[in-house]
Amino acid sequence: MTQQAEPAVTTPPAPGPGKETDGRTRQRPLALRLLARPEVGVFLGAVAVLVFFLITAPPVRDGSSMANILYQSSTIGIMALPVALLMIGGEFDLSAGVAVITSALTASMLSYQLTMNVWVGVIVALIVSLAIGLFNGWMLVKTGLPSFLVTLGTFLILQGVNLAVTKLVTGNVATDDISDMDGFDQAKALFASSFEVGGVNVKITVVWWLVFAAIATWVLLRTKYGNWIFAVGGNKASARAVGVPVTFTKISLFMLVGFGAWFVGMHQLFSFNTVQSGEGVGIELIYIAAAVIGGCLLTGGAGSAIGPVFGAFMFGLVQQGIVYAGWNPDWFKAFLGVMLLGAVIINLWVQRTATRR
Amino acid sequence: MTSKETGTHGAVLEDKAPEKDTPIVELRNAGKAYGNIRALHGVDLKVFPNQVTCVLGDNGAGKSTLIKIISGLHQHTEGEFLVDGRPVRFSTPREALDKGIATVYQDLAVVPLMPVWRNFFLGSEMTKGPWPVRRLDIEKMKKTADHELREMGIVLDDLEQPIGTLSGGQRQCVAIARAVYFGARVLILDEPTAALGVKQSGVVLKYIAAARDRGLGVIFITHNPHHAYMVGDHFSVLRLGTMELNASRDEVSLEELTNHMAGGTELAALKHELAQVRGVDVEELPEESDLTATVASSEGKS
Repeated sequence: MTQQAEPAVTTPPAPGPGKETDGRTRQRPLALRLLARPEVGVFLGAVAVLVFFLITAPPVRDGSSMANILYQSSTIGIMALPVALLMIGGEFDLSAGVAVITSALTASMLSYQLTMNVWVGVIVALIVSLAIGLFNGWMLVKTGLPSFLVTLGTFLILQGVNLAVTKLVTGNVATDDISDMDGFDQAKALFASSFEVGGVNVKITVVWWLVFAAIATWVLLRTKYGNWIFAVGGNKASARAVGVPVTFTKISLFMLVGFGAWFVGMHQLFSFNTVQSGEGVGIELIYIAAAVIGGCLLTGGAGSAIGPVFGAFMFGLVQQGIVYAGWNPDWFKAFLGVMLLGAVIINLWVQRTATRR
Repeated sequence: MTSKETGTHGAVLEDKAPEKDTPIVELRNAGKAYGNIRALHGVDLKVFPNQVTCVLGDNGAGKSTLIKIISGLHQHTEGEFLVDGRPVRFSTPREALDKGIATVYQDLAVVPLMPVWRNFFLGSEMTKGPWPVRRLDIEKMKKTADHELREMGIVLDDLEQPIGTLSGGQRQCVAIARAVYFGARVLILDEPTAALGVKQSGVVLKYIAAARDRGLGVIFITHNPHHAYMVGDHFSVLRLGTMELNASRDEVSLEELTNHMAGGTELAALKHELAQVRGVDVEELPEESDLTATVASSEGKS
């Protein structure tokens, strides 16, 4: 994980004006400026937790345990990325957790019931996931209601639909095994395969996670669209007034969460072959917590894509570390709460420092 | 203040020769109703290049509605709105911007947590490279922002600092510099001096004059007649949603302007009542007749 220590977030230094300066601002020490970056804070936090478990839970020092922790982190992390972007854009999505299951159920049942190639199910699931995002975004923009209410509605709808439709179609709470269907192996290679690195079995989702994080970071800091995300989250009215397409930005962010839900849903489907229709409830809060721990401002306008990577890593680490240390896994949630509160307090402090006159 | 000598400038090409120079923005008998509330009606306004048109009015007079129509946030419901002599109806601020009408809002339309240079180019970012890897041209944007800000006489140490850390006057100036840079032909300033101290107001007035000297038509919304008179070439006073005074600089004195602004006509009407209240000094208030004469004929000083 340490190869990501460099915050890829700083923009290149200004082409030194040098000529004359205002002279009223003093350059603060580098260490202090770095500490003020939320993603540096969460990185240090992740390192601290890692050191803690390396000492208290010897099995963590093993390469395969680390691969396992990274895998656990990646399943949270892939979704935490679009959720973080959405949060920077000033909204959040409570339906993200169950939308993952909706996507997996769609792909599974469609291909199984119609005995088609699984890719048909995969594509339809993508369309359904994007449509859920579109619906969330469109409702938000049209009604002007807070995203909490809109997505709470979607959350409840999807939770009910997942269970009811699955029971209606399969007569069961889980879908049928699709592992012997056409195209399954191909799809599994893309979404749920693993490979060997130095004798350690690494899941492909870890690679996808880091690739997505790199793309998200680039988009956020180096493209127009990234600029718009910060703007619509920081001050929607101002963004609209200077010509930022606020509606497009918000809706597309929700659709991005839909894309993430589809990807994670496909991973679950092709690694377990079946889907439990009642799952996913409560997971949306894990994604949101990972984004907040990663330094994204819950109210929008600030954050990074690299922060949630460390946020998700901390989650994976704590979740697995507790097991490796031989403690009762029930402690996991308590750890979570402490981490979340700590991160929020640091965020608050950062925001105050940044806007201090 | 620096704007002292600029006062005469506009008088040379004022709107007495409209045939020579068509106004960039013109409102003819325009109005706006929100449901059954008539926020604005019967407003005539002409904006010429190289001129500062001041719109004065008390709170609730319809100033905000007026700029919202011109800047494309709202649509007018009556009358005509012309840009370069052609009737228009903007549905988004973007369309107004494309016509060269830029607005600097009271809240400045900046995103406080974003760096100065990102704010400067927000909504009109410079990019480079072909589509899949089209990215922000950060170096060029920073250089341009720094150059443009220096042109307007604003020197900032660090363009990377969040714009929320700048002072009110500095932010105002960044917003004006931004509008000027993006080829604004008409600059609408919504009470730019309202929340500023004396010195900072002076700085902002200097930039208004600088923008005008660069050939822009400036619409300066304010409720401070002193500020308006320092830079204005034409004055329109709004009251209760309609035009109370519409006069060019040589037709109105600061004193009259102040009286109109302060609700002078109303106060004059109340003069007799107020005279009976102990402790209210009505000596200095103008007579009603003095004021109505000016409005009707737009003649010189009373």
